[in-house]
Amino acid sequence: MQAFKAQRLVVLDANKCVGCQLCMLGCSSRLGYAGPAKSHLLIRSAGGIERGFVVVVCRACEDPPCSRVCPTGALTNLPKGGVRLQSSKCIGCKNCVEACDIGAVLWDEELEKPLICIQCGYCVDFCPYGVLGVEAL
Amino acid sequence: MNGSGDWVKEISKVLYIDLSKKTFWSERREDLFSKWLGGIGVAVQLYKEETPREADPLGAENAVVLAVGPLTAVFPMGSKVISVFKSPLTGTMAESHAGGRAPAAIRFAGLGAIVIKGASERPVYLVIDGEKVRFKDAGTLWGMRSAETVGRVLREAVPGAGLRTIMRIGRAGERLVRYANVIIETYRHFGRMGLGAVFGSKKLKAVVIIGRKSSKVPKIREYRQAYAEILEVAKGPATKKYHDLGTAANVLPLNKLGALPTRNFSSGRFEGAENISGEKLLESLSRRLSCVGCPVACIHLAAIREQYEDEKYFYKVENVPYDYELLYSLGSNLGVSDTVGMLKLIKVVEEEGLDAISAGVALAWATEALEKGIVTKEHTLVELKWGDWRSYAQALKYIVEQPNDFYKALAAGVKVAAAKYGGEDFAIEYNGLEPAGYHTGPLFHLSLAIGGRHSHLDAGAYGMDEGLASAKAKPPEPEEAVKTIAAEESWRQVLNSLAVCLFGRKVYGPSLVVKALRSLGYETSEKELEELGKKIYLERHLRKLEEGFRPEGVRVAKRVLETPTPLGNVSEEYIRRGIAAFEEMIERHRKLQAP
Repeated sequence: MQAFKAQRLVVLDANKCVGCQLCMLGCSSRLGYAGPAKSHLLIRSAGGIERGFVVVVCRACEDPPCSRVCPTGALTNLPKGGVRLQSSKCIGCKNCVEACDIGAVLWDEELEKPLICIQCGYCVDFCPYGVLGVEAL
Repeated sequence: MNGSGDWVKEISKVLYIDLSKKTFWSERREDLFSKWLGGIGVAVQLYKEETPREADPLGAENAVVLAVGPLTAVFPMGSKVISVFKSPLTGTMAESHAGGRAPAAIRFAGLGAIVIKGASERPVYLVIDGEKVRFKDAGTLWGMRSAETVGRVLREAVPGAGLRTIMRIGRAGERLVRYANVIIETYRHFGRMGLGAVFGSKKLKAVVIIGRKSSKVPKIREYRQAYAEILEVAKGPATKKYHDLGTAANVLPLNKLGALPTRNFSSGRFEGAENISGEKLLESLSRRLSCVGCPVACIHLAAIREQYEDEKYFYKVENVPYDYELLYSLGSNLGVSDTVGMLKLIKVVEEEGLDAISAGVALAWATEALEKGIVTKEHTLVELKWGDWRSYAQALKYIVEQPNDFYKALAAGVKVAAAKYGGEDFAIEYNGLEPAGYHTGPLFHLSLAIGGRHSHLDAGAYGMDEGLASAKAKPPEPEEAVKTIAAEESWRQVLNSLAVCLFGRKVYGPSLVVKALRSLGYETSEKELEELGKKIYLERHLRKLEEGFRPEGVRVAKRVLETPTPLGNVSEEYIRRGIAAFEEMIERHRKLQAP
């Protein structure tokens, strides 16, 4: 497993979100893909775009419900919060998706595996309006 | 395009849907996507394959094509989907472009294009999830008063939040108003040329598309580099106008120039311009929105806070999108200077699913026809008076409901209405399409006569006029003007095939386009792209000619010639010579191309 900084993604001000999804496209491009569907965060409307947007990012919970319900140990807790997915152990049961109350465990429809944010902050620089940031854990 | 391999394969799937038989299938059309890139280039070819030349625009034979291109949702401002269909306003092949989430949803449903043919005998809506199509009963949605409500119902009925588009028509489309539009998400549209009426004729209420897929980028390093470069330019001065005040920024400069069409093009200056300006609307600005993949956020919403008359402790707050064209068509061109009143008119066209430009020009003609006694209140049912937005709000609903023959004619466009009642001198249209709001000079009006879709965006010729006016220069001879207009319109065919937003035209210069395409594995050059643009330009025009379009038959309303522009009065002779030069040019190219 690669080394990483103990940090997490935060939503600084969802009111400034314009719904461009450049963060999602940026996240996918980190893995070499185009298109929003490989993104590990989700921008969706708050019941129609006239009401603005919901910025769904993983909170890097200290005691993450997603890893507790994983039957195969594919999700490992990190020391200061958040999880890492070991894809080879994942059987695609979607328990983690169900367990996350904020809907931050997204789903890769092509691979049938969860998409869980690794808190790398790569998306932050793509946001033109400063909606996203990172903070140290 | 040579050696464009994997990416062409990636975007070449065409989904065919037959509404008559309720069937669907998909085919790889690498032949089309390798030769014509995507977007408008491919859509014209698919339309030619599917729609007979003599097809009735409102008949089952008229196929609707929606197409995206290699840069759609892959690069910043790659945010357009192109629709091609036969227009019930012009009777020939037409196109309308839209943004929102539709381009990304189509592209990442794994599709390059969608062809919708046939007609359903009862109202349906479509849910497209990847290559699968479900035909759903739209009996409950049909006839709903507000297209916004239709959107709300579908949002709850269909999965895929964040990755989907919801296109729908309003009552205007159901009732075949020839300039009904298709609303996308809530504030974007296939606005022009009547795609909404074509949907309505097919009993197609809505199309929901969910894009859950992705594409592996062939040259990821080059891609990231090109992406970063484009994003930087897209966030800079090249798009500043659209970012700051939005297109509403046009109102005051055009008014100062004397090019803001006012009271049915009887003047280029509006005394109430301040009230409908981007600067004024800033006071009500409530939210900014972007299409997927665009950093500009040009979509500006104004909030109206309104007290209920009967319940003074109740208020409602509504968001209304505004853009320059609406401020002209429902503002200055109707003499409406009440800011809130104008926003309420925009609200009505949004709820009903009307093309705001055509609707506004139709009402402007009707107002003048009433003023001049050509028609009476028996016809108009309400007292149409410049500036009286309440009457206009009612009249917009009458256009949709068509309670009498007069409104039936008005719902068919200003050309049809004037042919029936008279007043053709002040019926402003080009080949049946009501124009956008720039009385800038001869190049603009000529471009509307000879443009592929008779749209201000075909060549942006208002900008050419404005340039001449600010340099205090004279317009070129019409033969020269045609060359300039055709060159610009040809390059725009490349942008519309990629398919990127035309607001990004200063971002996507030829060299950056080549760079972006190369990172996706295309081997191409600026020269090759320019040649392709010319070919597509010609294809569009040839098809219209085959369908019976006669450029020399395009009428220029007397009013256009009478009202001075910043470049003086436009002369009939200028336009006629321009049209003749255009026809000659097309004929020359056709002969060169013939086998």
